[in-house]
Amino acid sequence: MRLSEADSHALAGAAAHRNYLEDGTTVMSWLNTRDHKRIGVMFLASVIFFFLIGGIFALALRMKLLQPGPFLYDALSYNRLFTLHGVVMIFLFLIPAIPAAFGNFVVPLMIGARDVAFPRLNLASFYMYWAGALIAIYGMVHGGADTGWTFYTPYSSTTPTDVAPILLGAFVLGFSSILTGLNFIVTTHTLRAPGLSWMRLPLFVWGIYATSIIQILATPVLGITLLIVTVERIGGFGLFDPARGGDPVLFQHMFWFYSHPAVYIMILPGMGVISECVCAFSRKNPFGYKAIALSSIGIAFVGFFTWGHHLFVAGQSTFNAGAFGILSMLVGIFTAVKVFNWVGTMYRGAIAFKTPFAYICGFLYFLVFGGMTGVALATTSLDIHWHDTYFVIAHFHFIMVGASVMAFLAALHYWFPKMFGKVYPEGWGLVAASLIILGFNATFIPQFLLGNFGMPRRYYQYPEQFQALNVASTAGATLLGFGFLIILIYLAIALKYGAKSEANPWGSKGFEWMTDSPPTTHNFDQIPTITQMPHDYRTHEPPGVTRVA
Amino acid sequence: MSPESASTYPGVPEEVVGHHFSSLERQTEAMRLGMWLFLATEVLLFAGLFCGYTVYRFEFPLAFEQSSRHLNITLGTLNTVVLITSSFTVAMAIHYTRTNQRKMAAVCLVITILFALLFLGFKAIEYAEHFREHALPGKYYASAEVRIPGAAMFYTLYFLMTGLHGLHVIAGMSVLGFVLWRTLQGRYSSNYYMGVELGGLYWHLVDLVWIFLYPLLYLI
Repeated sequence: MRLSEADSHALAGAAAHRNYLEDGTTVMSWLNTRDHKRIGVMFLASVIFFFLIGGIFALALRMKLLQPGPFLYDALSYNRLFTLHGVVMIFLFLIPAIPAAFGNFVVPLMIGARDVAFPRLNLASFYMYWAGALIAIYGMVHGGADTGWTFYTPYSSTTPTDVAPILLGAFVLGFSSILTGLNFIVTTHTLRAPGLSWMRLPLFVWGIYATSIIQILATPVLGITLLIVTVERIGGFGLFDPARGGDPVLFQHMFWFYSHPAVYIMILPGMGVISECVCAFSRKNPFGYKAIALSSIGIAFVGFFTWGHHLFVAGQSTFNAGAFGILSMLVGIFTAVKVFNWVGTMYRGAIAFKTPFAYICGFLYFLVFGGMTGVALATTSLDIHWHDTYFVIAHFHFIMVGASVMAFLAALHYWFPKMFGKVYPEGWGLVAASLIILGFNATFIPQFLLGNFGMPRRYYQYPEQFQALNVASTAGATLLGFGFLIILIYLAIALKYGAKSEANPWGSKGFEWMTDSPPTTHNFDQIPTITQMPHDYRTHEPPGVTRVA
Repeated sequence: MSPESASTYPGVPEEVVGHHFSSLERQTEAMRLGMWLFLATEVLLFAGLFCGYTVYRFEFPLAFEQSSRHLNITLGTLNTVVLITSSFTVAMAIHYTRTNQRKMAAVCLVITILFALLFLGFKAIEYAEHFREHALPGKYYASAEVRIPGAAMFYTLYFLMTGLHGLHVIAGMSVLGFVLWRTLQGRYSSNYYMGVELGGLYWHLVDLVWIFLYPLLYLI
């Protein structure tokens, strides 16, 4: 059938004004989409699914630790569970959580683009994520690894459990992460709307850009390292095997060359989210825009030179340990710059204490607490006492769960109306937020104490005098679990029955609110021209732009 | 809709220009940047092995030196010449595409792919030699030639590095094969030749990695 020109224009017009959720409702229209928003939503659903799985593993661990002796299941199952908890939470949740889900959805909207630079590569990255996930799941079902998520050699190349599929899964997931990062860097360089100079980029885009640099430069090194371990398991090549002249500490160097910067892959996007939310809910221009933006790049840069602080007790020279200790502390300076700027933004702002703001408060507290214990751990003498104890566990959970998950939840609530055009129940949001922040403290503050008393990480059994604190920690974890469950329930209900949201329910001046909520398939009728800074609350103009015909 | 109609850019198939780019120049810039970033990840992938090489070279200097002497330097050198020449032919393919000499471009691509096959052939002869001498990695090492600790490690690194590089040669060949197919279809011209350019860039990287592998494994 041939359409007249007028007909096809009318059709195109109707399609352009349909929002992205209504533009095709079949399963294939989702699985075969090139739309960054749909890919973002699919990533969001996937990471939430794996967050639940990882969370169930965590609760299973905490249940065992109620008793000092053998309880519920045997030691090998315990080892497998903490390995799977780490692998799932890090590779399947934290690393893709904010960049691949929210980054995909809002970065093009924020820079006034119709899509990311390489839409097909973006979809490929989603399928690689699932390919990696399925390989890893096969490994889990097929016996699971008992090495811990760090896969330290020579144990990982000799243990009888099935490590190879999990290593291979992580390798494939690395590819997915590289493609996501590559896409964002190119998108930010080539698809910014007219008038959107680098010093007008929204702070979230700065966060994602810094993250992408790490994803591109660090992930390949993990890839080759995991590949070598896989080859060792299959072939006995001996590159990390001391019996064949190999050096297991070399593995640790290569592993942490990725895995320490990976910590910043997990936290930098969160810092970006907080920068956006602080402005939106204080209704104030960012205090020290340049400092917040450039400190992200600073963290990404310094993050590459800190890996040695994981090897303080691995036979590193005193000089190396001192150098890596000092370099690690530099991260604290950049982070502190951000914290002061966020607080400065709130100062004398018109604060709206909505759910995302509750998570901002939680984030700031967890980040500062986790960050300061991090600086303490970067001190060689203290680290020797705390190394491989629950103190370290509590420290990095403060950053990864405390800070990163708070930012993830802030993003989820802040952008829920943007993504789905629905309103979530504010009251329940605040209840869940209080429960989570309380539960989190109850879980991990006892672990700081346990670590300081000398309880080592990854042990199946512990002396009886540690039981009270362990029970407290498990109680906190249960509270935390309930908090997440409440969110899951009310968001699912809001998605189906929630009231329709306005286009910009927060009155935010973030650039992603330039379009409708939910946006149309091609985001903009006309590409906007940016004439203001992001979050400029001094004017009454709509978010930062004038539209030109 | 035929590729020519309604295209904003003469001589450019319409479907190659993404709807989200403001101009073809922008898209070209994006594709180049994307490729360079991808090449950076490839360099870092190999960097892990180069780092391992450095560590063990310092650990076992004598074993590495002696094992290196037992590699077939003639074939190694021939392969270096083959790859450098193939980098030249792929560059010529880009040149001919830009000047609309499609046939010459296709010929150059075919020659490049043949060079790649030749490289793999020489490499296979070398590998067969190592297998005959049991000069193999790790626990399989049983060569009578060098019997000091560290020789097995040299062959571990040798096989990992040349093996990974070999996989990249195969990947590069496939990319160039795809580009050749597109060239024969007449998809590229002086107006649009990104496929040839990006395929060529990737091939240069494959060449470049070998240029570092050759002295490290064969010469020093």
